Amino acid sequence: MIELKNICKSFNGRLVLDNVNAAFKKGKCSFVIGASGGGKSVLMKCMVGLLEPDSGIIDFDGRDFLRLDYYQKKELRQEIGMLFQGGALFDSLSVEDNVAFPLRMFTNMNKSEVLDRVNFCLNRVKLENVNHLFPSNISGGMKKRVGIARAIAMNPKYLFCDEPNSGLDPLTSRVIDELIVEITEEYDITTIVNSHDIKSVFDMGDHIVFIYKGQSLWEGHKSDLRHSGNESLAKFIAASEF
Amino acid sequence: MIATKFFEQFGRYLLFLRSSFRKPDKWRMFWKAFFTEVYKMGNDSFAIVSIISTFIGAVAVIQFGSQLQGSLVPMTILGRIVRDANILEFSPTITALVMAGKIGSNIASEIGTMKVSEQIDALEIMGVNAASYVALPKIMAALFAIPALITYSMLLSNVGGAISCFFSGIVSVDVYVQGLRMDFDGFFITHALTKAVVSAFLIATISSYNGYRTEGGALEVGSASTMAVVQSCIAIIFFDYILTQLMLYK
Repeated sequence: MIELKNICKSFNGRLVLDNVNAAFKKGKCSFVIGASGGGKSVLMKCMVGLLEPDSGIIDFDGRDFLRLDYYQKKELRQEIGMLFQGGALFDSLSVEDNVAFPLRMFTNMNKSEVLDRVNFCLNRVKLENVNHLFPSNISGGMKKRVGIARAIAMNPKYLFCDEPNSGLDPLTSRVIDELIVEITEEYDITTIVNSHDIKSVFDMGDHIVFIYKGQSLWEGHKSDLRHSGNESLAKFIAASEF
Repeated sequence: MIATKFFEQFGRYLLFLRSSFRKPDKWRMFWKAFFTEVYKMGNDSFAIVSIISTFIGAVAVIQFGSQLQGSLVPMTILGRIVRDANILEFSPTITALVMAGKIGSNIASEIGTMKVSEQIDALEIMGVNAASYVALPKIMAALFAIPALITYSMLLSNVGGAISCFFSGIVSVDVYVQGLRMDFDGFFITHALTKAVVSAFLIATISSYNGYRTEGGALEVGSASTMAVVQSCIAIIFFDYILTQLMLYK
């Protein structure tokens, strides 16, 4: 479980996150939704440690990320998998080497064990015979799937997905959505997805957090989304569906 | 205002160096990256260094030879002047400036592209010390490859001088070689290699730093690459002056 308590973050005096509170449960696919520029990406960057909040608590199952030392943070980060908007695959490495990267870096597996794990992860995301291709030779959807394979290689406890459907056709988006849900349930991990794709939210979301102008205005189950009573959220949903 | 900006950047550069010079997470991966970088830097720069060095020596012979012609100074001195100029200044400085353009821009654009395409973020999130992982092998490889290229340049520029003597007929090759062997001071090599190592460090660290702080897109990667070359060149010239003053002026 990940808990956010009173997260504030400002850039050059401009408040981007204003006392954000939220809780993301284990084994559930949680969504952070909101308009562009609302603070979703900054919130995710704070959660994974790419940005340091000005104040607040980010609690990973009892471990306050902001109070951990360098080595404790390093250890915790190995429990985090992240799927980036553009895939963020290493250009100079093949698909196989991309997925094998965290295994080679942080484990003492031998070559055949690494290869077995890489093939297992690639098969899990329904990719075959792509081991020796480079990121520049594969499609956007495949890049996302390789990104998921790399994210799950180390058996993470927490999975972060930043706009997993951006730039994908509806069919591929559906495949990626299904993969994220399956992996969340199969590995019983805490998954947080940043998105403004309302269709994905209704299809996959167990728990929704609505961020508006840097504030967490609403939090709840997707079944309550249409009857939230929050004017900004209602407008956002209406605009997305329109 | 400019001074504040300079010290702010310098402080950030020092912090970047501190995070870069950390023990690698996995030595096996570090050595693999190190040897790849040494090969890439050496192999890719070999041709340009060969061409430049040959012509540096060739032009030096003509320039100095034209000034000595008609004077009472014996022409054997030509080889000595060209040798010392090549070893002390031309090879270490000009090669370093060319390397700043070639290797420096390559490092900055490579790391800059990794930064804007979130590859650096991916490393950080995995728990890898990204600065150390991407920059340290390049810095260490540059400390090895650039002095090696400069040593090769010192040798080849003197050969270029001999080729120039052969074709221009300013002096015979024998007289030129006699001059090359005259009153050799081994400390000049120490001085040249000190400059080479300092230049290599400046090129690799300044370029890595500029690449690492890139934010935005393709345009910013280009700007970072240009900035890396400009800053490296200024730093090389500045330290060239300082080291020459410290080591040669007695």
